[in-house]
Amino acid sequence: MNGQNWVISGARTAEGTPGDWYISDGHFVEEPASGGTRIDADGLMILPGLVDLHTHLREPGREDAETVRSGTLAAARGGFTCVHAMANTDPVTDTAEKAETIHDLGLRDGSAQVVVVGAITKNLEGRELAEMGLMASSRAGVRVFSDDGHCVMDALLMRRALEWVRPFGGLIAQHAQDSHLAGSGACAHESEISGRLGLGGWPAAAESVIVARDVQLAKLTGSKVHVYHVSTAESVEIIRWAKKQGIPVTAEATPHHLYLGTREIEGYDTTFKVNPPLRTDEHIEALRDGLADGTIDTVGTDHAPHAVQDKDHAFIDAKPGMLGLEQALAVVMEVMVAGGRMSWADLADRMSYAPARLGRVPGQGQPIRVGSAANFVLVDPTARAVVDRNRSASLSRNNPYHGRDLPDPVVATIWGGRLTYRR
Amino acid sequence: MKHLLSAGDLSLDEVMSLLDLAEQMHDVQSRSIKKLPALRGRTIINMFFEDSTRTRTSFELAGKWLSADTINISAKGSSVSKGESMKDTMRTLDAMGVDAFVIRHAGSGTVHQAAGWVRASVINAGDGQHEHPTQALLDAYTMRRHFRDALGAEPGDRPFAGRTVLITGDLLHSRVVRSNVLLLRTLGARTIICAPPTLMPSGAASWPVEVTNDFDAALPEADIVMMLRVQRERMTSGYFPSEREYIAGWGLTATRMARMKDSAAICHPGPMNRGLEISSEAADAANSLILDQVSAGVAVRMAALYQILGGEGDVA
Amino acid sequence: MTTTPTSPTDNRVILDDADVARAITRLASSLVEAERGTDRLVLLGIHTRGVPLARRIRASIEAIEGVEVPLGELDITMYRDDLRRQPTRPVGRTRVPVSIDGATVVLVDDVLYSGRTVVAALDALKDLGRPAAVRLVVLVDRGHREVPVRPDHVGRDLPTAADEHVSVLLREIDGIDEVRLGRAPAEPTPTTDREENR
Repeated sequence: MNGQNWVISGARTAEGTPGDWYISDGHFVEEPASGGTRIDADGLMILPGLVDLHTHLREPGREDAETVRSGTLAAARGGFTCVHAMANTDPVTDTAEKAETIHDLGLRDGSAQVVVVGAITKNLEGRELAEMGLMASSRAGVRVFSDDGHCVMDALLMRRALEWVRPFGGLIAQHAQDSHLAGSGACAHESEISGRLGLGGWPAAAESVIVARDVQLAKLTGSKVHVYHVSTAESVEIIRWAKKQGIPVTAEATPHHLYLGTREIEGYDTTFKVNPPLRTDEHIEALRDGLADGTIDTVGTDHAPHAVQDKDHAFIDAKPGMLGLEQALAVVMEVMVAGGRMSWADLADRMSYAPARLGRVPGQGQPIRVGSAANFVLVDPTARAVVDRNRSASLSRNNPYHGRDLPDPVVATIWGGRLTYRR
Repeated sequence: MKHLLSAGDLSLDEVMSLLDLAEQMHDVQSRSIKKLPALRGRTIINMFFEDSTRTRTSFELAGKWLSADTINISAKGSSVSKGESMKDTMRTLDAMGVDAFVIRHAGSGTVHQAAGWVRASVINAGDGQHEHPTQALLDAYTMRRHFRDALGAEPGDRPFAGRTVLITGDLLHSRVVRSNVLLLRTLGARTIICAPPTLMPSGAASWPVEVTNDFDAALPEADIVMMLRVQRERMTSGYFPSEREYIAGWGLTATRMARMKDSAAICHPGPMNRGLEISSEAADAANSLILDQVSAGVAVRMAALYQILGGEGDVA
Repeated sequence: MTTTPTSPTDNRVILDDADVARAITRLASSLVEAERGTDRLVLLGIHTRGVPLARRIRASIEAIEGVEVPLGELDITMYRDDLRRQPTRPVGRTRVPVSIDGATVVLVDDVLYSGRTVVAALDALKDLGRPAAVRLVVLVDRGHREVPVRPDHVGRDLPTAADEHVSVLLREIDGIDEVRLGRAPAEPTPTTDREENR
């Protein structure tokens, strides 16, 4: 895929470098090629294409909720040029063959690069290791493994997984939830609100005890642990400590945990049911601090589309999860950049460089400069709009930002020189 | 009043007029023809997604005695179990022109959700571990009558002022306690809630109540001792070590009754676990109001149904 | 609910307190005369102003006959045929001290107008028992019947126009005894007349 030739004039990079940018043969080049399409980008920013380590595309199995095609279209609308497709599809991505199937779907239908995430354990059951080595050496080239949706509860199995992936540099990404402390009935942050609403409490400690354990296992094995959707102040503190010790742990925060609080569930709107649950201000603040100071390495969307009929239930019975791809950049701009807590360069790091580096995705997460692959997004830093869940490329409508006034930054997304979205 | 979802939605005036109306309805209960025409032509569906013979019967009688057409749907055995969502079930019935739904569901918040799905009025007959407002109303009715009839209090505007209600039992899983706390605040009672730490809701300290684990210390303070059910299954899931140890701390035993004020009365919303949270001596004591609570149930629900469906409003 | 004092304009006093007292005495004696005594008589006042009226008629009967006739009160709100036309109405007390089976029930009300209240009261009686006979006593009959109902004993026949309205004021509720006739206020207030049950 070589894409078109482009001339992007007047765009400023995250680092502040203004200029004209020339794209040819899928890369940034020194000189404009003949016949390049010109985009007047005065006042716009040019950011590296965003990379999501945490996307639920639902294909195969729940193509009514999302497909590779619709999910990557949503990604492109959100400024992403690469998404990692989580393993909890039906069937679960726990063999090389299944990984290649999704990889091929990505090549065929993708409006962004689809990188396959493999399961850590067979069928996500937490009992036996999945064939991670074969998935790694398959055409899909799987590098990130996760049972996301389920925690690897067995510490011994977690240890074995960390050891097993070391030879091929796999990254184990954990869904940190102690399934006893936060069992099947847990669906709301344990607080005054869960008590008042009569919803099963999901205490913050159910996450941080697993994070603390996994940090010890990372130290024991010397393997890297990546903590998905960190949602508590205690987890941030443990990860900060571990990094100081030189333990190879990295972490992710989601847009919704950075922006939305547990009060949202007071009307029992199941759109706001998510796992881990939305939490209180002190946790939100700790996440923002952690993201700003680099304790938290990446922003991952945990984009989790659900069909209407899977959300129209009692709060406890509704499926957990919310959309994220289309508003992730807007939310990070709003809570981190607009308030001055993070620079644009930090944003480019947390949403592109760092996730591409952790996922070891060649050609993604490269700075905007000559020689880099032409994966980028043009951003209007001042535009705002009220989010309308019906104006979405996703097949699902569980958008928690519906009706909110947020930045509306994405002007155009270009993946490998190919225009995947233009406003 | 369009819906009755939460005890906290009712103002003091609304509560008092509901209780006054319930007094009228209670008289009807003692007539040989237990019938009023007020809701003639109205249709009420009792949607019970969770079994409850007592509450369902009470609502059914209340509707019938007000001449409404009442239909019971035990949704456990209906299309819901075939995979239809609760929303579709509700909307389907709503489209038939129902005036009100009385809903019991095991999921907290479902009744609030349902109110947003249908045109008909919605009455909360217990949603999960959240609320059970008509239970709180019938408790208030029973307590008020006790203050007036047994203690000779003036039936003023604030019959609960200066009264202390002690609620003890499995508060964590109880919808009754949440509705009672809200209603008793409106009524101006002093409320003490008591449970072992494992059965106390999170954040209870921020409720408008006093919170304690010490039943013996709280007992002499109470004008009403309200015991809540403790399911034996809670023991196997680790909320308490044994029945013996639960009873030792929080059971209303015969010996503990001696610590109560002479004028204090005992309530229990049922169903009781005799020998666990309440002894037979306490349940059957002269100062037990437990059967009065049951008797008040129909009258209070008649009052609520009349308030919601008695006037204008083309809900269907 | 009979009479909120209306706009002072055009308000003529038809009966003053002495007139009201005389009318009640006359109603009591004509009732006793017609029923040939007080045997099995039960007085039921219709809420709101029928209740104190019934109480006074009973006192009058006691003065004449030396007998205390059983007295009760009847709230017909739930039997109204226009219950659905307005927001939910408050319900008054129904109290019937003795069985009305086989009794002669005397319904007492302040104003007889369309007659619909009386129909509702008869419906209510049906749920309370089976009287041997039912009589109707009203302080004022202002005409304009909409159903075939006629009173047995009337304190004062008062021919009125449809746009006039009658206010009965009683000491127990309003502080004075008086019957007034006035123009209906420009803004029709639905409860100014006893016979709002239309």
